[in-house]
Amino acid sequence: MTAIFEIHSLGYQPESRPILADINLDIETGSNLTIVGPSGSGKSTLLRLLATLLTPTSGEILFEGKPQSALQKPQFRQQVSYCFQQPTLFGETVQDNLQFPFEIRGKAFDQELAEQSLTEVDLAKEMLTQPITELSGGEKQRVALIRNLMFTPKVLLLDEISAGLDADTKAVVHRLIEQYRAKGVTVLSVTHDETEIAAADQLITIRDGRLEANHE
Amino acid sequence: MSNNLIVSPTALGFAVVLVVIALAINLKEKIGLERDMIVGVIRAVIQLTVVGYVLTYIIRVDRVWLTALMVAIIIFNAAQNAKKRANGIPHAFPISLLAIGTATLLTIVLLVVAGAVKFTPSQIVPISGMISSNVMVAIGLAYRSMNTSFHDQRQGVLERLALGANLKQASAHIVQMAIRTGMSPTIDSAKTVGIVSLPGMMSGLIFAGVDPTKAIMYQIMVTFMLMAATSIGSVIACYLTYARFYNSDMQLR
Repeated sequence: MTAIFEIHSLGYQPESRPILADINLDIETGSNLTIVGPSGSGKSTLLRLLATLLTPTSGEILFEGKPQSALQKPQFRQQVSYCFQQPTLFGETVQDNLQFPFEIRGKAFDQELAEQSLTEVDLAKEMLTQPITELSGGEKQRVALIRNLMFTPKVLLLDEISAGLDADTKAVVHRLIEQYRAKGVTVLSVTHDETEIAAADQLITIRDGRLEANHE
Repeated sequence: MSNNLIVSPTALGFAVVLVVIALAINLKEKIGLERDMIVGVIRAVIQLTVVGYVLTYIIRVDRVWLTALMVAIIIFNAAQNAKKRANGIPHAFPISLLAIGTATLLTIVLLVVAGAVKFTPSQIVPISGMISSNVMVAIGLAYRSMNTSFHDQRQGVLERLALGANLKQASAHIVQMAIRTGMSPTIDSAKTVGIVSLPGMMSGLIFAGVDPTKAIMYQIMVTFMLMAATSIGSVIACYLTYARFYNSDMQLR
């Protein structure tokens, strides 16, 4: 197995207090890594650094052997998809959201694919034209998730995406992620959820901005 | 004709009563604008007096370079004012200068080429002022709209970036909104012109005794020219501004 991400002495210290310090970690292609740790320990920051939504203040991250700083950000972010804990849907309808991944790739909108993606997360096809203001929290998270997954990424970064979801929605989300894992997508997730932690292949703990233990 | 147009200094002195009325209302209602009002009145009197003498001189000597210099000063001042409304957007002055300059010059060139106005100071200077001030207001509004949207819609922009949008794609909705906001006063006044307001140019001509049917021709031209100028100015300003909200790593500042 080769490492899709190599993290070398990574640090993030935007102000006087370091948020992350001296992180060294290789993430294998196709692995399922779960990051745990107390709130405020720097887990989400690590995901955001991997997603290039933040820039390290020390050390570096290699993606497929190349320094992240040298990569074209839009193309990289299309392959390394970051999912927010409380996603915001934009535009007016569900379709506006599912159309966006096509737009940024300069492709024509594929309605059939969009409808099929909705059914994969147990949402009705007809929801495509529904105004986003009418969706429940769980529905919003599912739409946001397929917005990230419409074009299969190489890496999926999940920032506590199941927090606050009801059991049914959680199950749908877990099933979807399992499908993408089976396709070989590398999944990195931050979670406090016991079932997700139990299902993890590899678990790491971050405490006070430092990597604590690397349980295989 | 011009004899009936002279407002005597005595008449102006009496008109100060109008300012006193405004001040009295302001003081009674505790609006707190009395300082600004007095400063505004004094500035208006001084600035207009100076510009009256300057224009008299420019029109009398009638030199191309002097007319061009006056236009340049108007554009520069407009850019300076637009920059103040940018509220910290980096490089707002050069961006405003380019936007107002291009919009004003392009519109004037078109009007001169079309023969709608002549390249004489008495026509070029007032028209430049009209265009520049409208573009200044338009891009000032556009800047404010962008500042507000990038602040209020931060999460939405972050999501677009995370999905792999480039800066233009991540900002498109904000830019569209800003251009719309910038142009809305011009479009609104175009819609109500004649039924609510008799705008300055047309009123001035009618005051001066020009047949209203001729005066409206000028006003129609002004309406067209302001629409063109504010759209050119807003588009240039917005397209040069949105990227300033991001850093070189394509993250929101």
